[in-house]
Parts: sequence; structure tokens; C-alpha cells
Amino acid sequence: MSVEAQNQRIQDIVLHAYQTRTPLKIHGGNSKNFYGRQINGQLLDVRHHGGIIHYEPTELVITAAAGTPLKLIENALAEHNQMLAFEPPHFGDRATLGGAIASGLSGPRRPYAGAARDFVLGTKLINGKGEQLHFGGEVMKNVAGYDLSRLLTGSLGTLGILLEVSLKVLPRPAFETTLINKLPADQALAKMLNYGRKPLPLSASCHDGQYLYTRLSGTKQAIKVAMQSIQGDELNDGEQFWYKLREQQLAFFDSEQPLWRLSVPANTTKLNINGETFIDWGGAQRWIKSDMDAETIRQQAITAQGHATLFRHGDNNEEYFQPLSGKLKQLHLNLKLAFDPNCILNPTRMYSDF
Amino acid sequence: MVAKIHKVNKRRSPFVRQLRRILPRASVLFDSEDTRPYECDGLSAYRELPWVVALPDTIEQVQAIMRLCHAEQIPVIARGAGTGLSGGALPQDGSLLLSLAKFKQIIELDPVARTARVQPGVRNLAISEAVKQHGLYYAPDPSSQIACTIGGNVAENAGGVHCLKYGLTVHNIQQLIIITMDGERVTIGGGGLDSPGYDLLALLTGSEGLLGIIVEVTVKLLPLPERAQVILAAFDDIEKAGNAVADIIAHGIIPAGLEMMDRYAIQAAEAFVHAGYPEDAEAILLCELDGINEEVSEQILIVHSLLQKSGATELRTAKDNTERELMWKGRKAAFPAIGRLSPDYYCMDGTIPRKQLATVLKRINEWSKEYNLPVANVFHAGDGNLHPLILYDANKPGELERTEEFGGKILELCIEVGGTISGEHGVGIEKIDQMCVQFQALELKQFHAVKHAFDPESLLNPGKAVPTLHRCAELGAMHVHHGQLPHPELERF
Ligand SMILES: Cc1cc2nc3c(=O)[nH]c(=O)nc-3n(C[C@H](O)[C@H](O)[C@H](O)COP(=O)(O)OP(=O)(O)OC[C@H]3O[C@@H](n4cnc5c(N)ncnc54)[C@H](O)[C@@H]3O)c2cc1C
Repeated sequence: MSVEAQNQRIQDIVLHAYQTRTPLKIHGGNSKNFYGRQINGQLLDVRHHGGIIHYEPTELVITAAAGTPLKLIENALAEHNQMLAFEPPHFGDRATLGGAIASGLSGPRRPYAGAARDFVLGTKLINGKGEQLHFGGEVMKNVAGYDLSRLLTGSLGTLGILLEVSLKVLPRPAFETTLINKLPADQALAKMLNYGRKPLPLSASCHDGQYLYTRLSGTKQAIKVAMQSIQGDELNDGEQFWYKLREQQLAFFDSEQPLWRLSVPANTTKLNINGETFIDWGGAQRWIKSDMDAETIRQQAITAQGHATLFRHGDNNEEYFQPLSGKLKQLHLNLKLAFDPNCILNPTRMYSDF
Repeated sequence: MVAKIHKVNKRRSPFVRQLRRILPRASVLFDSEDTRPYECDGLSAYRELPWVVALPDTIEQVQAIMRLCHAEQIPVIARGAGTGLSGGALPQDGSLLLSLAKFKQIIELDPVARTARVQPGVRNLAISEAVKQHGLYYAPDPSSQIACTIGGNVAENAGGVHCLKYGLTVHNIQQLIIITMDGERVTIGGGGLDSPGYDLLALLTGSEGLLGIIVEVTVKLLPLPERAQVILAAFDDIEKAGNAVADIIAHGIIPAGLEMMDRYAIQAAEAFVHAGYPEDAEAILLCELDGINEEVSEQILIVHSLLQKSGATELRTAKDNTERELMWKGRKAAFPAIGRLSPDYYCMDGTIPRKQLATVLKRINEWSKEYNLPVANVFHAGDGNLHPLILYDANKPGELERTEEFGGKILELCIEVGGTISGEHGVGIEKIDQMCVQFQALELKQFHAVKHAFDPESLLNPGKAVPTLHRCAELGAMHVHHGQLPHPELERF
């Protein structure tokens, strides 16, 4: 089937669902099924291998069908020595581009290079009325109309079904090195923050409970010089380490305990949460394995001016993301209805009330 | 029409009285001599005396004003420094012009987390100046940075010469506090790098004052690079300069800034600031590399040889910071420099895929001859954002109209080659008609639905940024694009 025909097929299904008010459960590669609340609905498989539609290395832009496997895209970019700088987690072989953008997740490079939403330039989508819409485009700067492509990023399919996505891509750094240094968490965090204030070619930093890991990316000379300001031993297979962190394959993640993701200001020191902690994103993302009740953990996150997500091994019938309240919640409801007036797109996947 | 004006005037005195219960007398302006400074923004071809201007200085005042306007159904137009180039802050009869100019405080600076919490009226450059002592800076640097406010930057998603490497406003902010049309205070974004729910931070950025009043911004700060070095390359052909840009990027180098100027712009800038630009060149490229000292040295050599290979007729590396700043000064002063050569100029702001540069410039030059209006081009070459400046004289009958027509053609050409009508200056009132060309009815309807989610009565900056379907349909009747009627699905009026 051509891309157009596949898009038409999805559009027909959505239109019908809109008319009959049938909730749809959208799935791509199903690799991120765990992410969000558990929902019911008529299954809508949006995996179609339209593949790469347009890739222009010197313009730093790629456009691909949302159903394209993420791996295929990354391989194509690698051939031209380029990459998706937000390092999207795959969480399985079947991860698709659409799933990566709909979940909006980003890997270890995020604090230094930007998040998924930062690289989204344009989207083609189908809203909850079965209308095909096109926002943004393939150029780096575009302020015509509201930035709905970025709004859709991370909306978990609740505002629209992505058909095509255009992304900004970046050259791969010429060299990368990872340094490790055995340090307790508080000292490691202080170092991460300190490095972040210096003009160093940082591209990731984390602490696994025992070691501080710092990744440097850039020209050979830059790394050589930067290594003088960062103590530590060179890690042999740094690439593998960051890959495993991104994919949550490190020993830390090998557990059935509820895994919380806290997004907090990088310099947060006081979090009264019992549980083993893995600090990523230079301090701005904390993975915590904890059996404490959700209420307490969420309150801690709020006190730190952040938010908490019950990322894995929680009860997916409960709230998954930090609940919203007041006018902010009202705006969310209004926006949901602005895109999906009959609430048929992944209803309640993000929050129990829409 | 007369009846309408009369009605609007009759409402003013009671409205002013109510405003004065919220604000001190000096903060409510309505006499034409007081309101005159607010009659236009940077797009001075459009002027309208404000009906009433309010100058609050606390968030509570803004809330009270919004509640009042909501109750009285009076539209509100936010204004920062008024440097906008698309008429976004253009006043309207019967509307309140809400100036955020008194919100000038940097509330909190956290050098460890590298953030600054600032009020919306803080000038862009003032942030970098305030954090310099900590070795930090705020990256987006619009050429208007001495004057424009951070609130205006967020509302327009402003860019600057360094956004190729460091991103636009949207990439460099973390939290906003907005006041909605009904006077409610909402925190958008958060203390960390992301927030739960939809990405309203991205939605608000570039929303041109149509969704909420921004009353606080938390910006991200970056460490000042150890060294920045700029190379100036001259070319005898603009296409060669364009290819050089592609070569640098294909080589895996993302310069901190990569700017191009054409002959006319070079000469104007040279005459104005004496930056030492080669005046006989058809185009110059300014390529800035920054980072660790050694890294910059390495990359300078690479870029130097790439530029040489692409046929640069002259290559110059700034010897020291003074020379570097001088080279940039010419670029940053390009608009006023051109302003000196002509009674008026009209600044366009399209983005195109870079490879289309030669085609687009060729067409612009042809039109320039056809319309008999000179054009100077400055170009954020790294990210394809083109600023053609059309020189004209508003006092010559019909010249403004011809300029606008010419400008409209340029914007439509940008769309035709796969680009957009605005890279960073916004749609405002200026490009409202071209929005009908760039978007189809369904997309426009979706925009209106989003607007409705925030401001159901359409009281925030009405008539700007997103055209009504009626307007597009009416326009479509006069304006046939490539033999194709836009919005054929709509009835004609
Ligand atoms: C010489 C010159 C050079 C320029 N160079 C650049 C450049 O390099 N890059 C670039 O991006 N732009 C540039 N600009 C355009 C302009 O400076 C930017 O758009 C800037 O962001 C506008 O800020 P301002 O404070 O002047 O906003 P204003 O002009 O006052 O307002 C702009 C828009 O924002 C809205 N607004 C303002 N404040 C708020 C608020 N607090 N809450 C909600 N809405 C608000 C207004 O309603 C209006 O729609 C240039 C302008 C000039 C005159």
C-alpha cells in the first residue's frame, strides 16, 4: 500500500470512530505500551512502513512516515554521520518513529542537546474528527501559526495520530569518551552541576549509586583538553553503557519494584524518598525504585518544583503522571476537546479523566 | 460605522474609571499625547492610536485588569518593547493596550541550576549582562536584543544569530507564568526539564499574545564559551556562498553563527559601522565557531579550507575580540544601516530550505527590477531564514502598496519552495493574508479551536496571527494562486 493509501485507511477508521464515538487504542510497535495508563478500546494498528520520505543531510532534516522503525531511521542517519540528538529510547526492536514522538521520551543527551520536542519541525496528523492536518514543515525556523507539532510531541496519541514527522538531525560528534569516577551521590551531583557551569563539551552525566559517569563529545582536541578538568578513568565501552542506560538495561533497572521517574531542578538535593536512586540528565532526572505510596512521592516532587511519573511496575489503572489541577487541568481538557471532541483517541491513557 | 465609533467612545470613561481603581492614575493613559508612543510597533507602516493604555507593575494588577476586561468584554493587546516587526502589538480601537514595560525585575538567579526567573519586561540583553559575572549567558540573541523584552521574545519565539547552534527561544526557556483572559494565573512548564501533561510551554511560545499574558519567564542559561572566533569569507557569487554553507554543515560542523549578507547589505553596513567588509563582494559569510580554545582552533582550520575550496575570494579571521565584535556589529546593525539609505524599508522574514537560496534570490532580484524597488538581503544562512529588506518611500503615492505586494510575492515564493512565511518575526497583522496561502481551512480551524481552548471569546489580541476563514475566503476570491483557488471548499462572500 502506498503511504497515501495507508494514511487514508487510518483516516477512514478514525472518521468512523468519530461518528460512532468508538474509543480507539492506538498502537505502533507496542514497545512503549507500559508508558501511560492501561486503556481499552478498538485496536488501531498504525504501523505501516512508509519509511523515509525525504532526507536531506546538508539541510539537517529528515521526514519519515510515523510507522517507520526507529532503527531504520537511525541507520540511515548514521550512513551520513548524523543522528537523532535526543537519543530516543527504543524499549524494544519494534519501536517506531511515531511512538518515539508520541511518547516524547529522550535519552541521556537530553540536557545538553535537547529533548524530542526540541527537534520536531513538522507533523502530518489525523485529529479526533478524522481530519488530516499538516503543521510546521522541514525548515528550522517557523513561527507561522501555533506550534502544534511540538504540542503533539509527548501527547501519547491523545490529540492526534501522527502520520509523518519531520525532525532536525545533527552531525555525530567526531569523538566521544566516557570518564568514570567513584563518588557518593551528593559529591557526584555537585560535580555534575559544576561541570555544567563550565564550557566543557559535555553530552551526558549520570550517577548509578556508585560511580559518576561523564560523557564528552567533540573534536579530539576538545576532548583531550576537557579530560584535564574532569577526573576519572576512561570507560572502555562507553557507548554500550549509555545505550544500556537509555534502554534501561543496566542492572539498576533489573527489578520488579515500582520505578519512579522524577523530573526536578538539577540541583535538587533534598528528596525524602526511600529507595535506590539513579541520577541522570546532570541531576535533572532521577530514577527511584521505591515502594513508598504515590501520594508521598508526588508531594516530594512538587516540593522540589518537579513532577513524578510511575514509570514501571506500578498499577497502571491509577494515575501514571503527576495529576494536574485547577486552571491548568481545565486548559488540558479544553485542548483535548479542541482536537478530539468525542474523546476517541487513546482516552484516559494520559490521565484518568480525559 | 459612525454609530460604532460613538459606542466605543462612550464606553471609555467608565472603563478608565474602573481601571483607575486597579492602577494609579499615571498608569492609565488615554490622551492622544500620552498614547502616541504606543501607536505602532517596529512595523511602523501600520499605526493606530490606542484606545486606552494600562501600565501595571504587579501580577495581581494584571489579574484584576484581565478580570475587568473579561467582564466588560474588552479585548486586550499585550505589548513588550514594541520592537516586533509584524504589527503584533498594533493597537485597536476599543481595545486595551496592556504594556508589560514596568515588569523589569530579574527575580531570581540560580547559577548552579543555570536558570534565571525574570519578569516579562526585562530586556533580552539585560539577562546576559546580569549573569555574566557567573560565567553564564542567555543564548537567543535577536539583533534587537538591546531593546526587546523577554516576554516579547517568548510571544514571538525570537531567534538570533546564534540560534543555529543554541536554538530559539522555545529551546531556552523552562517555565512561564501566564494570566489567562479570565484573570487566572497558570504556571506552565516547571522547575525541571519537562512537565506533566501537554507541552503548553511550546504552545505558548510564539503564540503572539493570543493565548495568555506572560508575566514571568524562567530562562535557561549557558556557560560562556571559552573562546569564540569568527571568519569572514567574501564571494563573487551568491550561489557559491550558499554552497559553502552546505559544505560546512555536511562536514559535521555546526557553527555558533552562520550569516550571509548580499552586496547591497554589505555596502549599507559598511557605510554605517565601518566593519571592514569587502564592498566589492557579491556576498559575505560570517561564520562563528565557539567552544574550548583548542576545539575552535581545530575547526577554524577546517572551515577555512572548506571556504577556500568553495571559491571564497577573500578570507579573514578576526585577530581579537574587538575585531570579532566589529564584524558582528556590521551584521547586527544591518537593518538600521539600510534604514539610513532609504526613507523607509520593509523587512521580510521567510524561511526556505537552504538549497533553494539561489532560486529565491534570483526571483527576488527580478521582481526588484520589475517593481523598481531596491532589495538588500540578510540571511540567517545556517537555518535558512531570509530577511529581504525592501527599500521604499512611503511619501511617494502607491509605493507602500507596491512594496507590500512585492513582499507578499516573496512570502508566497517561500511557501512554494517548501518554506514558511515567518521564521522569527511572527505573523501579526502583517502576514495574516499569507497565512491563507500557507494553511488550508482545516488547519486554520484547528488553530481556532486551540485559541478557543484558552480564550473562547477571542478577546486576546484579536485579528492577529491567525486569519478567520471568512478573511481567507474573501481573499481567495481576489487572489488566485497558481491558477488554483485556495479554500475551494468555502463559499465565496
Ligand atoms: C532592528 C530590529 C532587529 C530585530 N532582529 C530580530 C532578530 O534578530 N530575531 C528576532 O526573532 N526578532 C527580531 N526583531 C523583532 C522583535 O525584536 C522580536 O519579535 C521581539 O521578540 C519583540 O519583542 P518586544 O518586547 O519588542 O515585543 P512587542 O513588539 O511589544 O510584542 C510582540 C508580540 O508579542 C506580544 N507580547 C509582548 N509581550 C507579551 C507578554 N508579556 N505576554 C503576551 N504577549 C506579549 C505582543 O502582543 C505582540 O504580539 C527585530 C526587530 C528590530 C526592530
